[in-house]
Amino acid sequence: MRAPMSWVREYVDLPAEVSVEDVAARLTALGLKLEALERPGHDMSGPLVVGRVLTMEPEPQKNGKTINWCSVDVGAANGTGEPQGIVCGAHNFEPGDLVVVVLPGGVLPGPFEISARKTYGHTSAGMICSALELGLGDDALSSKGGIIVLPKDAGEPGDDAFDLLHLRDEVIEFEINPDRAYALSMRGVAREIALAYDVAFRDPALRKVPAGNDDGYPVRVAATDACPVFVTRTVTGFDPTAPSPAWLARRVQLAGMRSISLAVDVTNYVMLELGNPIHGYDADKLAGPIVVRRAEAGEHITTLDGQDRALDPADLLITDDSGPIGLAGVMGGESTELSPTTTTVVVEAAHFTPVGIFRTARRHKLPTEGARRWERGVDPTLPAAAADRVAELLVRYGGGQVAAGVTQLGQAPAQVPIDLPLDLPARVSGLVIDAATVEADLRAVGCEVQVVGDRLTAVPPPWRPDLTDPYDLVEEVVRQVGYDEVPSVLPPAPSGRGLTREQRLRRRVGRTLAGEGLVEVVSFPFVGDATFDRLGLPADDVLRHAVRLANPLSSEEPFYTTTLLPGLLEAAARNLGRGAPGVALFETGTVAFPRDVAAPILGVDRRPTDAELQALFDAVPDQPLFLGAVLAGERDRSGWWGKGRGASWEDAVGVVRRLAVELSVDVRIEAAQRAPWHPGRCARFFVGDDEFGHAGELHPRVCAAFDLPARSAAVEIDLDFLMRRAPDVVRAPRLSHFPVAKEDVALVVAADLASEVVAATLREGAGELCESVRLFDVYTGEQAGEGRKSLAFALRFRASDRTLTETETGEAKAAAVALAAQRHGAEQRA
Amino acid sequence: MSGPNTEYDPVQVTPLGEAEVARMREDALTAIAQATDLAALKQARADHTGDRSPLALANREIGALPPQARQETGQRVGQARGAVSQALAQRQQVLEAEHEERSLVADTVDVTLPWDRQAPGARHPITTTSERLMDVFVAMGWEIAEGPVVEAEWLNFDALNLGADHPARTMQDTFWTEPAENAVVLRTHTSPVQARTMLTRTPPIYVVCPGRVFRTDPFDATHSPMFHQIEGLVVDEGISMAHLRGSLDHMLAALFGEGIRTRFRPSYFPFTEPSAEMDMVCFVCRGEEPAVETCRTCRGEGWIELGGCGVVNPRVLTACGIDSERYSGFAFGFGIDRMAMFRHDAADLRDMFEGDVRFSSAFGSEV
Repeated sequence: MRAPMSWVREYVDLPAEVSVEDVAARLTALGLKLEALERPGHDMSGPLVVGRVLTMEPEPQKNGKTINWCSVDVGAANGTGEPQGIVCGAHNFEPGDLVVVVLPGGVLPGPFEISARKTYGHTSAGMICSALELGLGDDALSSKGGIIVLPKDAGEPGDDAFDLLHLRDEVIEFEINPDRAYALSMRGVAREIALAYDVAFRDPALRKVPAGNDDGYPVRVAATDACPVFVTRTVTGFDPTAPSPAWLARRVQLAGMRSISLAVDVTNYVMLELGNPIHGYDADKLAGPIVVRRAEAGEHITTLDGQDRALDPADLLITDDSGPIGLAGVMGGESTELSPTTTTVVVEAAHFTPVGIFRTARRHKLPTEGARRWERGVDPTLPAAAADRVAELLVRYGGGQVAAGVTQLGQAPAQVPIDLPLDLPARVSGLVIDAATVEADLRAVGCEVQVVGDRLTAVPPPWRPDLTDPYDLVEEVVRQVGYDEVPSVLPPAPSGRGLTREQRLRRRVGRTLAGEGLVEVVSFPFVGDATFDRLGLPADDVLRHAVRLANPLSSEEPFYTTTLLPGLLEAAARNLGRGAPGVALFETGTVAFPRDVAAPILGVDRRPTDAELQALFDAVPDQPLFLGAVLAGERDRSGWWGKGRGASWEDAVGVVRRLAVELSVDVRIEAAQRAPWHPGRCARFFVGDDEFGHAGELHPRVCAAFDLPARSAAVEIDLDFLMRRAPDVVRAPRLSHFPVAKEDVALVVAADLASEVVAATLREGAGELCESVRLFDVYTGEQAGEGRKSLAFALRFRASDRTLTETETGEAKAAAVALAAQRHGAEQRA
Repeated sequence: MSGPNTEYDPVQVTPLGEAEVARMREDALTAIAQATDLAALKQARADHTGDRSPLALANREIGALPPQARQETGQRVGQARGAVSQALAQRQQVLEAEHEERSLVADTVDVTLPWDRQAPGARHPITTTSERLMDVFVAMGWEIAEGPVVEAEWLNFDALNLGADHPARTMQDTFWTEPAENAVVLRTHTSPVQARTMLTRTPPIYVVCPGRVFRTDPFDATHSPMFHQIEGLVVDEGISMAHLRGSLDHMLAALFGEGIRTRFRPSYFPFTEPSAEMDMVCFVCRGEEPAVETCRTCRGEGWIELGGCGVVNPRVLTACGIDSERYSGFAFGFGIDRMAMFRHDAADLRDMFEGDVRFSSAFGSEV
């Protein structure tokens, strides 16, 4: 909302010395937030005066242009009283016209300093100004880009043009919250200024208006629920060529709208002044009575913007015998639009209730100035005054007369009283606020107040449809007492239980991985089919079944992701592209798997039942916390210590191994084949029989698709699952202080047998005395034999109660080897 | 070694004269003194104390001497052997010390050699800032509540007094999911966690809810379709705006030092009434002249906009099953990313989400 100070000052006795900054600060403190302060015209300086063109000589130039060598009477403004010689390139004026002249020494926006200068063979002592050059914008006020030709009675040569053109003003732009719709008008802003400075307010809506009669334009309202009030006035004999007076066009412009024509400007002006959106119809284009009703299936309308719109049965329409002529409160129709030939204007000032307008504006994507006001709530007592004001201005500047007929249908609904305990503002705010203050502050915002005992009944003023609850009244009181007066008091300390187990473990996981040299990233979860293609996911892959967004930022990425890998792989490529020799990244984040169930929209007047809540919770997509990591390029750098090492599958698998240790979970690893991993270099992880993720080297095609070096590795696991399996309390180990006995054993097994399986067998076979089994060498050369490999394990034995004898360890080792032989055909090497 | 000479045969016995023992002793001591390294000393030890050394042989002969000579000779040989072994020990110590000193010198390295074999890891500043914030509230006895990012429309909007036709719905440019009738959105704020908390717990409730939220903003230096919020919710008996301010002041003191004042301005949120915007005094210039004039952090304002807050709208309490006559509450919320940005003087929001390791690494693992 842009409020020119010259305008709002008309309605309040604000002392002249109060600065615009002070107004902005006080209104911000009251709830109208300052968005911007502008001082249009303050970047210019005079002399800028009215001039009368005495002569103009067209002089064709070699460059094909024709310039006019003009002499202009600028009165005494040039100090001599002699005509000024000025070269002008425009042609939309003639001798005798009043124009705006900037004389040497003047400064136009830019800044552009004017001086007498030689051009086209003359000394041009000044400039005849266009609206654009004066910063007035390119609309009706500007004579479409040409120079400004003032009305004949605008003034005398030499008159200062700043005031004449209303060039200088101060404009406060406010951010208006939905509960302060009344401030979407000068009337409302002025009211807040009056409140802020405790000065008198003159309500521009207070005017004597004629009562309704039967001679107005015929109107029938079929949808009185959505349109409780409808007023029309008719102006006949209107001169459609009459221009908007400069002050009016300028105010409309400073308020942020375009100046179009007198009739349109007036309707906009009154909307800005009072807050009630107005619509004007060309009476000659109306066919029969105006009917306000809902749309019927299949109806269409062409709105003012030239768009053909299919209507929804919920849309509220203004219609006549020809069909729809307006989307009520949102945008008028093209067929009855005010035009340069309109001589009879039917002025509509109605009241529409918010809900329908909000839906229609959203449905047709038409967030118009009118819709913005209706959907937030407009003072329902305004229509008669607004229509009268429009008629007055049309006749004053466009001639003709206001017809005697006044259509006045319906009445503003009565305001609902609100009951307020007098101590509620104090209780809610923590401030000391006495009853008298509560009463006075509510009156100050326009409420009718009655105090009975320790309670108060307030009837809100009609411009405050937002005041419905006691707490709304509390805000009105507290904002006047001053939000900033609220004291600072710590609430009593609750007895919290600290972080949950999962919250603690998540931190630990993050710190562990950072300690392992991985850098955490946070990436956007938006993916598309192309992303899944790049990962090489098969068409029926479960990861492709994702939550689809109705309005994604990019149509290429309409899904909420089911995997963290795309974001990680892209970030890795970005790092390498920016010159990193290697990169190790991790991310923890939730992914979403749709449940394809509708979430109910429940009532809000009570707590939903447990069953309703359960249905609600169950409809929300499953969103486990995943952990992903990618390692690409150099993992260990080369240096004085020796050669470096590229990232590879074991780094990725190592991430999970490390976390398993950190979280004290027994994790089993198996070979797997799963996109996007290399089919021969992919591990999957289990706790018990439950799989929770994969790691390994990425498929070469995936590396290529994501611009990553060959052998880049990645991991993705369900971190929620892993954390759930972490023991709550780790049981302390019993340490044996007896000596350890060590045995090494080398077994030749099938080359494709997982070492982890052999190790597990050895552990099982060796029995309780076996403390650990560790693979320390793998050999796949000739001596192992075709299709075989040799695995060398170090076994450690220890008992809790004695030193083991050689016989005992030997037997345990033999049992282990025997089981491996039986189960895997393992042969012991000498 | 031979045993006592029971078959006495004086012919085989060479008398061990004083001079002879003294010579043996001197030879040994000389060899020991002349040993310049541990190897030479080892040789001297073998030569002069080994089984075949003169003093060892002499010792062996003592038993064969006539009884009257045994005591005197034994004493003489014993003393010589004692002196030799003492000299050996001393020399050993000296040589070992010398050896250690030499090898330590030889071990000397350039301790300034770089050890950047593996680049260090780091956690994301949003994570660490978020944890820092949580820690402040946990220390106050509050708990951390969390909820899903893809959320039911009812929880994101309706339960928070944002009905389907509320104009404020358009204030939050929402990502909707398909099909529309499933009524599921990407949460536009972490407030649905507040609703979930109130629906599943009973007062007193003291929680903060950190997490990811989404708005349909394009990605640039100051906007992001995804960002992080932390919201606080307190529902208890006798709670007022003063408690809200007290909690925020405490949080700011913990994060930015004592004396960080807050400022409340009236605002509007459907879920709170009264509602306020909260500003904090700039922690860099403290709003004081002349520093404020050139302050980059607050751009000369003296204040930093933090977020929104207010008294929980009784309608929200009702929808969430809390007796609004008995309980009242307050709520607040602000952007974690934004706070991390201004706290660390970060220049471009995109750095938060592009995953460039140079950015996160600067923060290490803790903030």
